[in-house]
Amino acid sequence: MSLIRYQTPGPVRWSSLNRWANLRDDLDSLLELPFLNGGSPQAPLFPGWTPALDLYQNNDNFVAIVELPGMRKEDIEISLHDGTLTIGGERKSETRKEGDSATRTERFTGKFRRTVTLPTRVEANKVNAIYKDGILTVTLPKAEEAKPKQIQVNVS
Amino acid sequence: MNTLVRENRSSATNGERAAEQFITPAATVLENADGYTLEVETPGVNKESLEMWVENNELTILGRRSLPAVEGTLLHRESRSENFRRTFELDPSIDAEKISAKIEQGVVSLTLPKAEQVKPRKIAVV
Repeated sequence: MSLIRYQTPGPVRWSSLNRWANLRDDLDSLLELPFLNGGSPQAPLFPGWTPALDLYQNNDNFVAIVELPGMRKEDIEISLHDGTLTIGGERKSETRKEGDSATRTERFTGKFRRTVTLPTRVEANKVNAIYKDGILTVTLPKAEEAKPKQIQVNVS
Repeated sequence: MNTLVRENRSSATNGERAAEQFITPAATVLENADGYTLEVETPGVNKESLEMWVENNELTILGRRSLPAVEGTLLHRESRSENFRRTFELDPSIDAEKISAKIEQGVVSLTLPKAEQVKPRKIAVV
């Protein structure tokens, strides 16, 4: 992970992380996709790669887990801007040599990008990312003011 | 159809395995004169949790995934917890004894060399 770009966090935007509302729109737009695709039979039905992303939160951190099998860590880019985490990159086909013919191609090569709007402010300069077994784990510590606080009740 | 590493969807499973649900991992098959390269995406699987075997001319890849354990509340989930399993029928030209495999960042790469006698050979004119 070579690049964790720091950008001054702007006003915190609240966004529902629940994508169900968007999912319906996604499905609708999928059904409206022109399958003709310019008449080219080689054009893939889904031209992009959408790696699976999980998001957790606990008292101190948000943790994003992204399935990115077969990447080089230099090709993964993580950035944080205005409370929005973006994980993107490009997967290159390295094994394919000249003279090889593909008899089955299900693995996606090319660019991808996922964005997540975080519900609270995070410490952008303390973000940590680990890439292991094809899984990227990004830990984003919450800003002090966003952490839940226990309020002591004093008994007089 | 002897130029393919074919997928076998109807592979028999024994009783215990039949009950478990698996994800069919994405795979890419490349062929050249020396053999085939098979790449299978199994994020969350490592060397220890990967099993592969050849039986009745079928190659099976079984990857048990261990996703990073995170304490806290799940806000959004797209991943699936099932393990990976996929079976391929081996082309008769493949020398099953010489199949080798490695796993790197969640991608299993198998090299399936063709048997010497099926490789194209130039015949010299004497």
